[in-house]
Amino acid sequence: MSFSSWPKWFMLTALAVGILVPVLVGLGETIWAAFGILPALGRHTFSLNAWQQLFELPGLATSLRLTLVSGFVATTMALTLALFGSAWVYNTSGKESFLTKLKPFVQAILVPILAAPHAAIAIGLAFLLAPSGWLARLFSPWLTAWELPPNLATVQDLWGLSLAVGLIIKELPFLWLVSLVALKQIDVSRQLSLAQSMGYSHTNAWCKIIVPQLYPLIRLPVFVVLVYSLSTVDMAQMLGPNNPPTLALATMRWYNDTNVYLLLPASAASVLLGILIAASVLLWEAAVRAAMFTGRVMIRSGDRTSNYSFFTGVLTTTLLITVMLGLLSLLVLALWSITWRWSFPDALPASWSYGYWLQLMTHVPSALQHSLIVALMSSGLALTLAVAWLEVQDRLGGQLYKLTLWFIYLPLLVPQIAFLYGLKVGFLRLGLNGSMMTVIWAHLLFVFPYTMLSLVDSWRALDKRYVQVATSLGRSSWSCFWRIKVSLLLRPLLLAWAIGIAVSISQYLPTLMIGAGRVESLTIEAVSLASGADRRLVGVYGLLQALVPLMAYSFALLLPRLVALRK
Amino acid sequence: MTSHVNAILPKRLGVILSLLAAGLLSPLGYSATASTAVTTTVTTIDASSARQWQQTLEQAAGETVYWHAWGGDVRTNDFITWVGEQTEALYDVKVKHVKLSSTAEAVTQVIAEKAAGENTTGAVDMIWINGPNFLAMKQQELLHGPFVNQLPNSKYLDLSSNSAASVDFTEAVEGLEVPWRLARFVFIVDSKRVQKAPLSMAKMLTWAQENPGRLTHPVISNFMGSTFLKQALIELTPDPSVLQQPVTKQSFATATAPLWRWYDAIKPHLWRAGKSFPENEAIQQQMLSDGEIDIAMAFDPAAAAAGIASGLLPTSARVFVPSQGTLGNISFVAIPYNASHTAGAKVVANFLLQPETQAHMQNIDVLGSFSVLDLDKINAQQAQVFAALPSSKALPTLVDLGPTLLEPHASWTTQLKQHWSQRYSQ
Repeated sequence: MSFSSWPKWFMLTALAVGILVPVLVGLGETIWAAFGILPALGRHTFSLNAWQQLFELPGLATSLRLTLVSGFVATTMALTLALFGSAWVYNTSGKESFLTKLKPFVQAILVPILAAPHAAIAIGLAFLLAPSGWLARLFSPWLTAWELPPNLATVQDLWGLSLAVGLIIKELPFLWLVSLVALKQIDVSRQLSLAQSMGYSHTNAWCKIIVPQLYPLIRLPVFVVLVYSLSTVDMAQMLGPNNPPTLALATMRWYNDTNVYLLLPASAASVLLGILIAASVLLWEAAVRAAMFTGRVMIRSGDRTSNYSFFTGVLTTTLLITVMLGLLSLLVLALWSITWRWSFPDALPASWSYGYWLQLMTHVPSALQHSLIVALMSSGLALTLAVAWLEVQDRLGGQLYKLTLWFIYLPLLVPQIAFLYGLKVGFLRLGLNGSMMTVIWAHLLFVFPYTMLSLVDSWRALDKRYVQVATSLGRSSWSCFWRIKVSLLLRPLLLAWAIGIAVSISQYLPTLMIGAGRVESLTIEAVSLASGADRRLVGVYGLLQALVPLMAYSFALLLPRLVALRK
Repeated sequence: MTSHVNAILPKRLGVILSLLAAGLLSPLGYSATASTAVTTTVTTIDASSARQWQQTLEQAAGETVYWHAWGGDVRTNDFITWVGEQTEALYDVKVKHVKLSSTAEAVTQVIAEKAAGENTTGAVDMIWINGPNFLAMKQQELLHGPFVNQLPNSKYLDLSSNSAASVDFTEAVEGLEVPWRLARFVFIVDSKRVQKAPLSMAKMLTWAQENPGRLTHPVISNFMGSTFLKQALIELTPDPSVLQQPVTKQSFATATAPLWRWYDAIKPHLWRAGKSFPENEAIQQQMLSDGEIDIAMAFDPAAAAAGIASGLLPTSARVFVPSQGTLGNISFVAIPYNASHTAGAKVVANFLLQPETQAHMQNIDVLGSFSVLDLDKINAQQAQVFAALPSSKALPTLVDLGPTLLEPHASWTTQLKQHWSQRYSQ
């Protein structure tokens, strides 16, 4: 180890101690438990019973199928719509039609949907689509003649499609915004007009020229969506079928069972879910490579005649419906938050109340304060760590890059509940229990990977020649870092920070388990109340939970524009 | 309360139990037949326990008790807040409600602390607990106590060894947890839509056949879902007393055969043809309110009245119970073995047993949960407070509720859940 490489070793140690060790300790406990070793319950010997119990679980095959179908359908659709949506934003050639006027409106809706908690969107959507839901109420009984809701499975269908729809609604804005931010690094308009001057239609040029450049920039965020879709519990609870449920929900049920010995098969199920997620990521990557290969053949054909208007039409419609469903889900929750009673088939609430909002004023301040401190600290730390790590990699070459990346993402690959137990034991052994610091540390384990994921591709895509030129002009590497990298990457940096805030605000289990109930948070209040029972409360808390991320996202999206204006 | 429990116990079992009670002096020093024998020493015990309690109060002053309790019910949360305000004013003991979405979270917390060797300064001071969670913590020796007889207000409880307050899902409480509210399994209907509610589980089948798609139960992994199955099992099984013993392969097969015949018959007539179920009873009640189904379930006789009061159920919601009675159990609070504020937790537990507290809790405008106190043991003035409580059309009286059926041994629940999912999950 040469003297000049000390920053690298320093960073490696910081990452190892701060992120890797806690994650491995947590995983270790889970894996031990999956193989029968759980000393706290008096189990000390290796056994495969937990696995046997898991594989004897009735309906396990259906659970696996549900998980994969909803996960892959959601990710594929969200990605397709995000890529198409970005094309739509950049399509300035069209006439001043109704659709063009919709553009700013649609983009404005994305941010609140992105900021809203998953559970809130799920509950809103469930109420929208249910046989007794808002859509049915709007048309009943005058059109449908339904005095009572029909016995139809419009949500919680046996194929997990309504779950997939919920996921698409929630993940589309994330991928779309990440794409729009990444596109700032590609000279889109010049390339497009060049292609169009050569006879390619807008859609054709977008698919063949822009998408191949864009996808590598959003590859990791797409993984995030895939992983989230496969492991979601709160959305599956509201929208997914439940006999049997998705693997993640089945695991959660075991962990929460009153029979504590089910911790053992629950741990085995967590490990299985981790394996399933890792395999899905690899499968996805393989599929993308295959698609790229076919794509290159199509690009080489130089075809300009194909008419994409049918696909464009279908995708525009789907896109608008998806965004509208998201908007309506939020709207209907806002409506519920000021409702007293609203029965079927009334189109609007019969009586109103501001009771819950007033009640909140007494409960919320301290929870909100704790949430804010933890979110600001963990997202700030995560961004600092991520940037420091990337900068060290830049300066010293990135030999360890790929290896460390997998370890950083480990917390996202395994269900939280699984490795938090082990993490808690680890923290307790160190005498860290229930302090704000410990909670921030635990949040960091999840906030950091998300921050890295949203940042790394854009960071690495930055044209190295800017730095080379600046260095040759005598600029120091610090000056290059601030003047070039930070200012050119301001958008992705701020977006990564805002995503960090949102991730931190939404953490339930890490706050509860690691905080041991000593650290309050908005999400703890919300989740404990939101067993799905009271839509009015979910409305109030959902909107409140969305507020902080909404501010962070707005700041991240608006600040670069202000900076640009000043220049 | 006790009389209800006795009413449904087969005579023979009742005799065996009282014989046991006479023979074994319960750790609490309370026992139906032994009580006369200890009268002479009562005064000295009183003096020393009063001193001991005074010490507990002094130790507790200034403490903050972290009460880990399910936080899914606004009215319960508000009640816990009220308890904290009272104990702070009276004893300088603050209560911090740690809102859980599942009691297992608190159990896991204590297990993790034990695994890490954290044996004295645990994060959980008090848990709202009962049934299988209690059994697990008791078996793993994760509970502080016995301490119930240290609480002055335990004198208001019927703690004779076969009383409802000293048995939790057939497991002896042994002074390790303090009862604080009664839970009874009830059905809720919208009386506008259902004029004639089915008053037995057998009639429930006919009702479902006549009203296809209008009945469902929460998922069986949820405690309300398994309670529904248990209620049916108790009514349909040839000999319910078997359920009080730990389950065996043979007893399970014989006892549950009629249950599965009944369920096979009812399943196709359930909501979504029995292929999908609400995740918990709160969602099921919402479905009742939405008009998707006609019958919901709750573990709280005041559920309909409380639902109406908070706008969650239509004003026509009513409670009904099968005529043979329904499952009942008691909500307890326990103190983990490693709690940081044991004294404070005892002060709060004792406050919960105060007759005024129990009356406040039984007020339908507050919680509407029935008191766990033995009403024969409170004085006339205190009894007056209970008598003066407001009533509600949707709130049944104890008499309306009929006899309380005892919870089966916890091992039955595990087997029921497993067999149900083997038969009906694909």
